[in-house]
Amino acid sequence: MGEFRPRIVVFACNWCSYAGADLAGVSRMQYPPTTRVIRVMCSGRVTPGFILESFRQGADGVLVTGCHPGDCHYISGNEKALATVERTKRLLHLLGLETDRLRLEWISAAEGARFARVMTQFTEQVRALGPSPLTEHATRSTQYATRDTPHHR
Amino acid sequence: MSEGPRIGVFICHCGSNIAGHVDVEAVEAYARTLPGVVFVQRNLYTCSDAGLSEIKRAIAEEGLERVVVAACTPRTHEPLFQEACREAGLNPYLFEFVNIRDQCSWVHMQEPEAATEKAKDLVRMGVVKARLLEPLEEQEVEVEPAALVVGGGMIGMTAALNLAERGFAVRLVERGPRLGGLLLRLDKLYPTHEDARALVAKRVAEVEAHDRIEVFTSSVVSEIKGFVGNYEVKITSNRQPATGNQHSLRVGAIIVATGARVFKPEGLYGYDGQRVITQFELEERFRTGGFDAERVVMIQCVGARIPERPYCSRICCTTAIKNALQIRERQPHAQVYILYRDTETQGTRYEAYYTRAREAGIQFIRYSLRHPPEVTDERVVVYDELLGARLGIPYDLVVLSTPLVACEDARELAQMLKVPVDEHGFFLEAHVKLRPLDFATDGIYVAGTARWPAHLEETITQAYGAAARAATILSKDRITSSGVVARVDEALCRGCSRCVEVCEFGAPSLIETAPGMKVARVNPVMCKGCGACAAACPTGAMTAMHFTDEQVTAMVRAALGH
Repeated sequence: MGEFRPRIVVFACNWCSYAGADLAGVSRMQYPPTTRVIRVMCSGRVTPGFILESFRQGADGVLVTGCHPGDCHYISGNEKALATVERTKRLLHLLGLETDRLRLEWISAAEGARFARVMTQFTEQVRALGPSPLTEHATRSTQYATRDTPHHR
Repeated sequence: MSEGPRIGVFICHCGSNIAGHVDVEAVEAYARTLPGVVFVQRNLYTCSDAGLSEIKRAIAEEGLERVVVAACTPRTHEPLFQEACREAGLNPYLFEFVNIRDQCSWVHMQEPEAATEKAKDLVRMGVVKARLLEPLEEQEVEVEPAALVVGGGMIGMTAALNLAERGFAVRLVERGPRLGGLLLRLDKLYPTHEDARALVAKRVAEVEAHDRIEVFTSSVVSEIKGFVGNYEVKITSNRQPATGNQHSLRVGAIIVATGARVFKPEGLYGYDGQRVITQFELEERFRTGGFDAERVVMIQCVGARIPERPYCSRICCTTAIKNALQIRERQPHAQVYILYRDTETQGTRYEAYYTRAREAGIQFIRYSLRHPPEVTDERVVVYDELLGARLGIPYDLVVLSTPLVACEDARELAQMLKVPVDEHGFFLEAHVKLRPLDFATDGIYVAGTARWPAHLEETITQAYGAAARAATILSKDRITSSGVVARVDEALCRGCSRCVEVCEFGAPSLIETAPGMKVARVNPVMCKGCGACAAACPTGAMTAMHFTDEQVTAMVRAALGH
C-alpha cells in the first residue's frame, strides 16, 4: 500500500498566481505532483459551478488562487473570488463534504516560494482528509483515470 | 475517426529543461491517442525558428485547425506562437498553450514518472480546450493624439511638456488657481539648496508658453468616459462663486499627477502653528523672513510609521537635514536637534548629506515609540535611546516632520478613472516592478507623489516615464484590442444588469431593444476579458470568450481523467 495521492484542481489567475507558479518553476522549487492548474484570466472568473464540477469529477481538493487584496489586475476580481469560495464552502457543507477541501489563497507573481509552499501544504491538508467521499463509490480505476501506471490506494 | 477540428500537438524538449525530467516520447505517444489529434511532433526548441517553421508547415500541409504547444509559459511565449499561427493563416485564438516546464519538469525534478504522468494530463487538458476554441476577432480603434494630465505641479507640468515636445496636444488640469503645486510653498530643495520657486517658475513659464499645452486652472475632472485611445473627459471649474464653466475634451491617454498633501499634526506634540510648527511651515517662515529662533528641536516621524499610518514618507529625514542646515546658515550659533527614530538617507548623495549635517554640528538624538518625546512650555523632554538617559532640551521653536498623505479627492478621481488606490489612498500601479507607471486600465498612467511619497528627482523621472508610456499609445494611429472579451447571447439575456454592476471597466451596458426590453451589450474595446460578468450572469447569456464555461469545465474533467 502506497500513500494516498490526492487529486487537486488549482484555478490560477493569469496575472499573479499563474506567474507565481512560473516563478516557482524558474526557481526550481519542488512540490508534490498532485495539482493540475487551470489558468483563468482572473480568480473572479471562477464560479461555484467550476468548483462543484471538480468535486463531482473526483477532485479531492480544489484550490482557487488569485492576486493579493488590492493587487487584482482587474481591480476587484479577487474580492469576487473570495465571495464565490465562501458561498461554495456553504454548498459543500450542505453536500456533506469537508469545507477544508476547498481553499482560497492569494499568491503574487513574486511569490514563487509561496506557490510551492501552498501546493505542498494543501496537498498535506487534503491527504489528511483522505479521498473525497463523493468519489469513494465511483470507479477509480487509476489515480488519474487515464493513467497507465498502477496507482497506490 | 472523430469529427471536430484537426489538432496538432507540439512537444518541446526545451533542450534538457523538459526532456531531462519528463519522458517526452511517452507524452508524444500519449498525445497521439487523444481524440482529434492528427499530428504530433517533438522539437528540441519549439520556439526556435525551426520549431516555428514546423508549426507553420504543419498548419499548411497537415491542415491543422488547432495548435497545441506543450512547452513553457504563455506569459512569455504565447504571443510568439500565436503570431506563427497568424502567419500560417490560422486565427491566433485557435492556439492553446500547455505548460510542462514551469509547472512540471522544473518542479518535480526528483519524480520523473509522476512528472511524465502530469505532463500527459496537462496535454490532455490542453487538447480538450483546443477542441472547443473559437476564432476571435480583434478590435481596431483610432487614437485621439492628445493627452490629459491631471495635476499642475512639477510632475504634471514636466509630463505635459514632454508630451507637447513630442508633438501631442496636452490638456493640463490643475485644481488650484495657479500652476506649481507643493513646490510653490517650499524654500530650498535638497541636496543642492537651489531655490524651489525659481525652479518651478521656470517650468510654469515653459508650460504657459507652449502652444500645444492648454492649461485649465481652478478646474477639476468631473467625468470620464470611454477607453484607451478615446477618452471623453469633462472638466468643471471649481471657482467660487460657481461659474458652471465646463469643457468637454477628447484624449487618447491620461496621466495622473495629482500629488499629495502634507499631514497636519493637529493635537500632536502641542502643535499650534506658533512655537510648534511643521517643516512645511518652517519653510514658509524662511521664505517670508519670519524665521527667528536660536534653539530648534525637530521631531521626526510625527504621524508616520505608527499603526494608523504605517508607511515611511521617505522625504522627511532629508527635509529635516536640509532645514537644519538652513538654520545654521542663517544663524551659525543656532542649536539644532533632530529627534529621530531611524534616519533614512539612502544612496550616494543623501548619506553624504547626512554626514554634512553631523559635521555642521546638528545633534541627532534617537527616540523610540515606547518613550515618545514630550513638549512642555520650556523644553522638549526625550529619552535618548543610545545614551539611555532622559534629556531636557530648551527650545524657541519645535518643528514636526509630518508625512505626505494622499489627497482627499484621490479616491473620487480613482473611481472616475476606474483605477485602484491602496489602503492609504495613494494610487496603485498595475505592477510595482513590471509596470510601475501604468494602471491596469490601458492608456492611464501615474507619476509623482500621487503614487507614494518620493524625492523630487525620483518623481521627475517618473514624469518622463509616464509621458513616454502615454506616447506609446498616442503615437499610434490605431490600436488593436484583444479578442479575449465577453460576449452576450441576447436571446438569453433578461437585462438584469448584474454584468453592468460587477464590471470595473464599464464594458457592458444595457440597451433598450424594444419598449421595456433591455439587453446587455459589451463594448469589446473596453472589455478586459476578466470574465467576472460571465461568472455573475444568472442566465448564461454572458460568455467569457477563450475561457468559456464549456472550455473550463472540459479542462476540469480532463484534469480528473474524464
